[in-house]
Amino acid sequence: MNLPLLTLCIWLPIIGGLVVLANGERERNLGRWVALAFALVTFAISLGLWIGFDPTTAEMQFVERASWIPNLKAEYFLGVDGISMPLIVLTSFVTIFVVIAGWEIIDYKQTQYLAAFLIMEGLMIGVFSALDAVLFYVFWEAMLIPMFIIIGVWGGPNRVYATIKFFLYTFLGSVFMLIALIYLYRESGSFSILDFHHLELGMTAQVLIFIAFFLAFAVKVPMVPLHTWLPDAHVEAPTGGSVILAAIMLKIGGYGFLRFSLPITPDGSAELAWIVIALSLIAIIYIGLVALVQDDMKKLIAYSSIAHMGFATLGFFLVFALALQPSFAQALQPSISGSVLGIEGGMVQMISHGFISGALFLCVGVLYDRIHSRQIADYGGVVNTMPWFGAAMVFFAMANAGLPGTSGFVGEFMVILATFKASFWWALLAATTLILAAAFTLWMVKRVIFGPVKNDQVAALQDLDLRERINLGVLAAVVLLFGIWPAPLVEVMHPTVERLVAQASVCKLPESERFNCVLPKANRVVSQVP
Amino acid sequence: MPMSFAAEQLLSILPEITILISAALVLMADLFSDQGASPGSVSPNRPAQAARPVRGLSHGLTLLGLVIALGLTGFVGGGTPQILFDGHLIQDAMTDLLRAAILIIGILAFVYVRPWLEERGLLIGEFYALGLLALLGMLVMVSANSFLALYLGLELQALALYALVAFERDSARGAEAAMKYFVLGALGSGLLLYGISMLYGATGSITFGPVAAALSAQETNEVLVFGLAFVVIGIGFKFGAVPFHMWVPDVYEGAPTPALLILGSAPKIAALAFAVRILVEALPSLHPDWQGMLLILSVLSMGLGNLVAIAQSNIKRMLGYSTISHVGFILLGLLAGSRQGYAAAMFYAIVYAVMAAGAFGILLILSRQGLDAERLEDLKGLNDRDAWYAAMMGLMMFSMAGVPPTVGFMAKLLVLEAVIRIDLVWLAVVAVFFSIIGAFYYLRVVKFIYFDPPAPDAPPLAGSAGVRAAITLNALAVLALGIYPAALLSLCQAAF
Repeated sequence: MNLPLLTLCIWLPIIGGLVVLANGERERNLGRWVALAFALVTFAISLGLWIGFDPTTAEMQFVERASWIPNLKAEYFLGVDGISMPLIVLTSFVTIFVVIAGWEIIDYKQTQYLAAFLIMEGLMIGVFSALDAVLFYVFWEAMLIPMFIIIGVWGGPNRVYATIKFFLYTFLGSVFMLIALIYLYRESGSFSILDFHHLELGMTAQVLIFIAFFLAFAVKVPMVPLHTWLPDAHVEAPTGGSVILAAIMLKIGGYGFLRFSLPITPDGSAELAWIVIALSLIAIIYIGLVALVQDDMKKLIAYSSIAHMGFATLGFFLVFALALQPSFAQALQPSISGSVLGIEGGMVQMISHGFISGALFLCVGVLYDRIHSRQIADYGGVVNTMPWFGAAMVFFAMANAGLPGTSGFVGEFMVILATFKASFWWALLAATTLILAAAFTLWMVKRVIFGPVKNDQVAALQDLDLRERINLGVLAAVVLLFGIWPAPLVEVMHPTVERLVAQASVCKLPESERFNCVLPKANRVVSQVP
Repeated sequence: MPMSFAAEQLLSILPEITILISAALVLMADLFSDQGASPGSVSPNRPAQAARPVRGLSHGLTLLGLVIALGLTGFVGGGTPQILFDGHLIQDAMTDLLRAAILIIGILAFVYVRPWLEERGLLIGEFYALGLLALLGMLVMVSANSFLALYLGLELQALALYALVAFERDSARGAEAAMKYFVLGALGSGLLLYGISMLYGATGSITFGPVAAALSAQETNEVLVFGLAFVVIGIGFKFGAVPFHMWVPDVYEGAPTPALLILGSAPKIAALAFAVRILVEALPSLHPDWQGMLLILSVLSMGLGNLVAIAQSNIKRMLGYSTISHVGFILLGLLAGSRQGYAAAMFYAIVYAVMAAGAFGILLILSRQGLDAERLEDLKGLNDRDAWYAAMMGLMMFSMAGVPPTVGFMAKLLVLEAVIRIDLVWLAVVAVFFSIIGAFYYLRVVKFIYFDPPAPDAPPLAGSAGVRAAITLNALAVLALGIYPAALLSLCQAAF
């Protein structure tokens, strides 16, 4: 079967969005069913990616390659490996819940709302599957347009400030990446990202390119101190916007580190990895403390997202700390396995965080739809009037805190294990998250869910309806599934991550600069492209 | 050299001849139409309904002439480059492409302006005749092969545009803008002519080929560089590059929007042709000299244009500053001095003209009885008033900001690529830095369109089915060229 699955995954939701838009506001019911249908079909197709995926190889699969802008040697070049494929499935999966969550709540121009999310789904899948730098950049930036509109039109009172800040921050980071990409094009003669992977680059160039990439991806992840757009954007965005932001958009930053920074500039990354690791640890501890004192539920979850993404970036950049260890040359195998563990842990963390934070934002959305307040102080004793909701929220809060048995635990555990191989003290600092995350989430849950009924509004609350039960129930099942049995996820990405570690821990300097190379000198593994 | 003249040379300038004939016909047709409705005696509030059938004639004639000229451009285009009329005109791939681009944008512009003119009783032949003459001047500019022909085209275009800016004769602001435009434009032309005279003195020729040949044979000397400096100043004036930009914001703010539509779009293409013909075809051996000059103009334009645009509350003035910043990008491509750079600059200029035409077209629709839409607030809640126009305007703004998948991004990508290729990475960093600043004020326009509710007294949108179709075409072109830029890019590259 040679269906162009990736093309379908990208363009089907975009076409769906246009269909929904063309349908207009009058046939509202039709519009949302059409939107849901497109979201479901796209998810089904992306499952096809998972089923047809060959987990034994690190090569790109489902490759599609066609001429696009011959004058620039830019191509319509798509393909997935073990890193991008799970993220694509995550994207199409989460979009379904976003569509369902906007079903009755969004009153103002609902078709435009649903269409924006569908179009964004296509663009995000495009980001994960593009193997041509121009194509990647087009998807990467185009994604900003629907998100800008979503926050600005359907957001909260301070939405204009939040959305312009969001746009400008991301734009700021990415234009420097554009320059790096054009420079790499000049050096390698093509825009293929796989060609970038085995391009020799001098140290100065690597450091500058690393900084350019870092700006782009660190804003997206976001890493301290470039994170300030996130709490604003999350708080002001409508529920669906927050879910997509937390579940997918942040992952795009992490994905960028894996696809670009690690393999393209290994020496530059090795030189500057300590900054990333330090910033990740700061995110985990400092942002965890910041989250503790929030009195806005959405803001609290937003800060918790930053802290959790700090885990992912920590896991990714351990590879350099491990490669620099003196034992690396003698005992290649154990260190490599530590690096693999770190990256896989980061990936699992990202995917699990996609489910958990998405679910938590949906929970806050459920409350917000009823009482129109996000303040923790306005709630109390919700479990008395909404027992089902209370159960769901407590479950997701536990998962967020990393309770064993939920997917939140798996990633954190893997990253902490890997960190131990690099440094005991880092691991100790990273492990504080287990306490901090438990503190801020459970304290919030205690104040919102438990205790006596706080006021008349809480007393009048209605429990979850069928739509909300489906939404939260399915997500809970997935969180539990990956918590108990994460093997399928890890197996899918294993060969790819091994290849990535091999690429990232080999010196990439040109012959003339090899003498001061800190990374081991060995032959690079070259990706084969059919 | 004896004059040689062959009638078949006229074939190559059939598009220009067609435009000239249309302009003459429009003027004549206007004589026989309702005399009572000449512009002086029409009060702005009196609709000129009675005169409409005859008035429509000049509109129809104009469009017909433009379409025929466009067809003829395709008919006479292609083939090997020909030098015509003793070396004064040239017909090559660049001529064909830019002629077609100017004519297409001209057609769009004339379609957009009709409802506005009708509403104010200004649907008069003069507007069309002047507009056609301005287009004729641009066409001459893109096919010029000598300083003389170039200057003639430039002045024809400029004089017609001065008059267009002032054509709403009851408007004091229009008259003021026209006066400023005229004085500064004349100054620019004078400086340009002075520079040309020096180049003529140094090389002994006014046609580009011999000038280039003479220059490559001799060392650079003071007279040449002096002449070059004045020529570059002339180019700066016509482009509106900092520090020769002073006329731009005032003219943009004061000119009636229809005149602005014609003035703000296609002339950028002509200005590019003007710069390319002089700098690239006549003075290639002075590249090291003019590269430095353009570099300063370019950085200043991007910086000042983007920074000052932020402070504007008048959207026309804001678009004026935005033009300045785009000119900086166009110059960036030119100064690269490579084939890619020239092609990128040309791509950028054409694309900018398309975006500007669309943006001004939508401003025309938003204008209300007797008042132009010029405050940013006039765009408030456009999404509620008409979602389609809102989406189109949004596309234009994102394109001007350079956000993919619109063509504005592709244009910037090409220019940056050309600049990085000649190892000026720092310049590329400066350029993107300023474009981040620029993104802010375009986003602000989108904010008014989408995030704000409409004003309670917002008038119904002007505009006919034809206008809607043209705007749609225009905006979708911005999107389509962004998704598939290869065709236009190949045409641009073929021109060098």
